[in-house]
Amino acid sequence: MIDVSQRVKRIVVEHLGVDEAKVTEDASFIDDLGADSLDTVELVMAFEEEFSCEIPDDAAEKILNVKDAIDFIKSQGG
Amino acid sequence: MNDVMRRVVITGLGIVSPLGCGVETNWDRLMAGKSGIRAIDSFDVSDLSAKIAGMVPEGTKDAGGFNPLEWIELKEQRKIDRFILFGLVAAQQAIEDSGWQPRDAKSQERTGVMIGSGIGGLTTIADAAVLLQERGPRRISPFFIPAALINLVSGHVSIKYGFKGPNHSAVTACATGAHAIGDAARIIALDDADVMVAGGAEAAIGRLGLAGFAAARSLSTGYNDTPEEASRPWDEGRDGFVMGEGSGVVLLEEYEHAKKRNASIYAELIGYGLSGDAYHITAPSYAGDGGFRAMKAALKRAKMSPYQIDYINAHGTSTPLGDATEFRAVKRLLGDAAATVSMSSTKSAIGHLLGAAGAVEAIYSVLSIRDQAVPPTLNMNNPSKGIYGMDLVPNEARERPVRTALSNSFGFGGTNASLIFSKVL
Repeated sequence: MIDVSQRVKRIVVEHLGVDEAKVTEDASFIDDLGADSLDTVELVMAFEEEFSCEIPDDAAEKILNVKDAIDFIKSQGG
Repeated sequence: MNDVMRRVVITGLGIVSPLGCGVETNWDRLMAGKSGIRAIDSFDVSDLSAKIAGMVPEGTKDAGGFNPLEWIELKEQRKIDRFILFGLVAAQQAIEDSGWQPRDAKSQERTGVMIGSGIGGLTTIADAAVLLQERGPRRISPFFIPAALINLVSGHVSIKYGFKGPNHSAVTACATGAHAIGDAARIIALDDADVMVAGGAEAAIGRLGLAGFAAARSLSTGYNDTPEEASRPWDEGRDGFVMGEGSGVVLLEEYEHAKKRNASIYAELIGYGLSGDAYHITAPSYAGDGGFRAMKAALKRAKMSPYQIDYINAHGTSTPLGDATEFRAVKRLLGDAAATVSMSSTKSAIGHLLGAAGAVEAIYSVLSIRDQAVPPTLNMNNPSKGIYGMDLVPNEARERPVRTALSNSFGFGGTNASLIFSKVL
């Protein structure tokens, strides 16, 4: 089973249509990966789907880069 | 259009239709008498009365087919309904065909977009409603609303190309494409823009769309086993229209603007007429009074007599009542001139593209002027009672002089539009 980090990165690559190499842990969705505000909402929905968890809106607002997403999911025991 | 209005010409064309992707592919297949109507195999139709449609064929661009990946990135495709996809592709074709690229802020601001749709993102809305019911509001995508909104074709085209002029969208059911072209031309004629990208897009073929039109008793249901014979305007065996999908987009341009940049001009839009039936939500008015008045208004605007019409691309959807009514209206309009006019319905080949129909058919009309030849009415073997005294171009395309062509589009709600194109002399 691939780990959380790889699964998060795969989702980011798929949804934002970016090169895998660009999806580093500190890559910002908006500043580095070309996402807009709607893309980030959809990304969070994809994380919820993939990890069968619920990410509340206030937590979602703090998920700005790949590492934020990984940390949040791990904190949920994902 | 008249002395105070500026002249408007067409300098770019784009089509995605059941006959293929691309203008020349469409025209070649149409003139060869090919049909784009076939059995639906992409979703379950076992419990639907109509099991056929005019669907955009898959395949590579080079083979005249449609492969979305050749046109729009996958990541962008997920954010738009299929009607927007078709509209974007037809718009790209028209823009590239015209060679128009605004290079400064002023020309960007003088270039606008008016691409409409009859229904918009029906399939997207249907799917989202199911998702909401089954999994709740948190599963609804942030792209759901902008994926389904009708004016988002115009929005996407403006964003993609930087067209900052008037951004608008017609929504008049099956007259949408014609109204969009006519109204966009007026924006240019009145000096509010120099260039307008105009047309219609539709992709409503799905279980909900078919069920809805079938419930309104609009669709052909007697030719499910012989799809290519289902759309048969004016033929006595006609029993309803066949749903189609796709998009037609033209690039309209002020005449002097086009001349100055040495653009290749297909035709001039010389007449546009509009009317309302004020009669019934789906049935045409008695004796086609609404259609008659739309055609008459277009002739008036064009300052033409009926004798100057060469070709009519009819609304001709293949419904028993609609075809007979339009025929009567046309004969009333033409009088003795009916003997010299050719009229055909290209819906016999592509089905009814609803909000895209008027735009695709306007393009076919323009091409009939370019090539001095008129497309056929397929399956018109035995004209029904009352259908006589006019050339309906049965089954085979024909060469003939075409200086002017009139295109009719009528929509639910009793909305009518007629466009008249002419060779630029």
